[in-house]
Amino acid sequence: MKLLFKAVSVVAFVGALGGCGSMELKPWVSPYERNNLADPIMSFNRAPVSVAYLHHVHQAREGARGAEGGGGGGCGCN
Amino acid sequence: MLFRRRRRLTPLGVLGRGLSFAVCFALVTLALKGHGAILPEDRTDVMYHAYDGGGLKVDGPSVLIRKAYKDKFSVWGNYYVDLISSASIDVVTTASPYSERRDEVSVGLDYLQGTTFMGLAYTSSEESDYSANALNFGISHDFFGDLTTVGISYARGWDEVRRNGDDLFAEDAKRQSYRVDLSQIITKNFIVNLNYEAVTDEGFLNNPYRQVRYFDPNSTRGYSYEPELYPRTRTSSATAVRGMYYLPYRASLKADYRYYSDSWGIKGWNAEVAYVHPLTDNLVLEGKYRYYSQTGADFYADLFPYSESQNFRARDKELATYFNHTVGAGVSYQFNMPWISFLKRGELNLFVDYMMFDYKDFNDLRVTGFAPGEEPSYNFNSVVVRAFISFYY
Repeated sequence: MKLLFKAVSVVAFVGALGGCGSMELKPWVSPYERNNLADPIMSFNRAPVSVAYLHHVHQAREGARGAEGGGGGGCGCN
Repeated sequence: MLFRRRRRLTPLGVLGRGLSFAVCFALVTLALKGHGAILPEDRTDVMYHAYDGGGLKVDGPSVLIRKAYKDKFSVWGNYYVDLISSASIDVVTTASPYSERRDEVSVGLDYLQGTTFMGLAYTSSEESDYSANALNFGISHDFFGDLTTVGISYARGWDEVRRNGDDLFAEDAKRQSYRVDLSQIITKNFIVNLNYEAVTDEGFLNNPYRQVRYFDPNSTRGYSYEPELYPRTRTSSATAVRGMYYLPYRASLKADYRYYSDSWGIKGWNAEVAYVHPLTDNLVLEGKYRYYSQTGADFYADLFPYSESQNFRARDKELATYFNHTVGAGVSYQFNMPWISFLKRGELNLFVDYMMFDYKDFNDLRVTGFAPGEEPSYNFNSVVVRAFISFYY
């Protein structure tokens, strides 16, 4: 049953890729539509010195580590 | 020196300390870039940070300066200090309160070429019994009309562990980190990040002062102590997904989830939701809730059955089974300074987090009148403050 599920998943994935090609997938959010994304309140790291410190606290007080923070945010409007 | 030192316990924990800020800052460098190929904004931040909880107080300044040149390069430097005074539960039960200072310097260079962004950073930190150095390189590239950003980064750290009062003791620890980031704009109001990071450590990974306790019927209190002993390697992986959504009115909602596991048997996860709400053009309020949970390391025990009962032994509460809740609030106020021509604007910020830790298998040995192993579980609360002023130019 698991094997069947994997096979169906692979076929569906490959099919989806093929579909993407034939649909000529294009960027669906234009630069002029990114005002909201460019707002500073949409930044994952609005204050780097503050975010870095908080990561430091978490790393010191918790056993888990890595994959902190996050890139992105902003507009890409250059 | 505020207190007489008898035996010292590192409050920040040896675990992962060498890479902590190198990784953070280099990744912040990449993260700062934002979506679309632009260099981070020129800025200077001057922060006072403070952690107070469980008998441990750590505070100090952090100064970050960043400046771009010719729209291609951006250099930055950070000076960070931890001023530590500790009477934590480990210290009061097995050592003496002490004070300590840690100085850390980080420098970095970012380079932008088209839609490719590269960052190189070096961090060095020093305290009386621990030296850490780390180098980090990261590169990211925008694809698909700048809707997609893919980044990879690598960090390498070299630490030296010493023991105060023992000039003959010196051990090394080497650390490597591999990270992949994917950022995707989903809609004009929604952005998602995926992050994966693997970290490997090799060398002396335990604390040269910390003790484990074992059952000892010959002791009047029913137990005795012996040095902890960790494996000399550790490999971990962490996967995180984060999303941020711009609400129909001007406010944003952020959510993230991370899953963690390592070769020491620790499995953990954390989730956070945050809400950012501008009251006016100048005043922004922020609130958040975070939950963290982990299982203990395979070789962790609050009380071992007898001395040297197993190859590896730990009683570090950061390796125990526990969870914590965090609630936080922040306020930012932006202001203009027309009388200083080269400054665009300034910003005052205050963030306060309240963390509540609850341990399942780390007992509170300050409580007397219980049989060994029957003491109540330890818990404590801490306050984390970040107050800083930012100047943009």
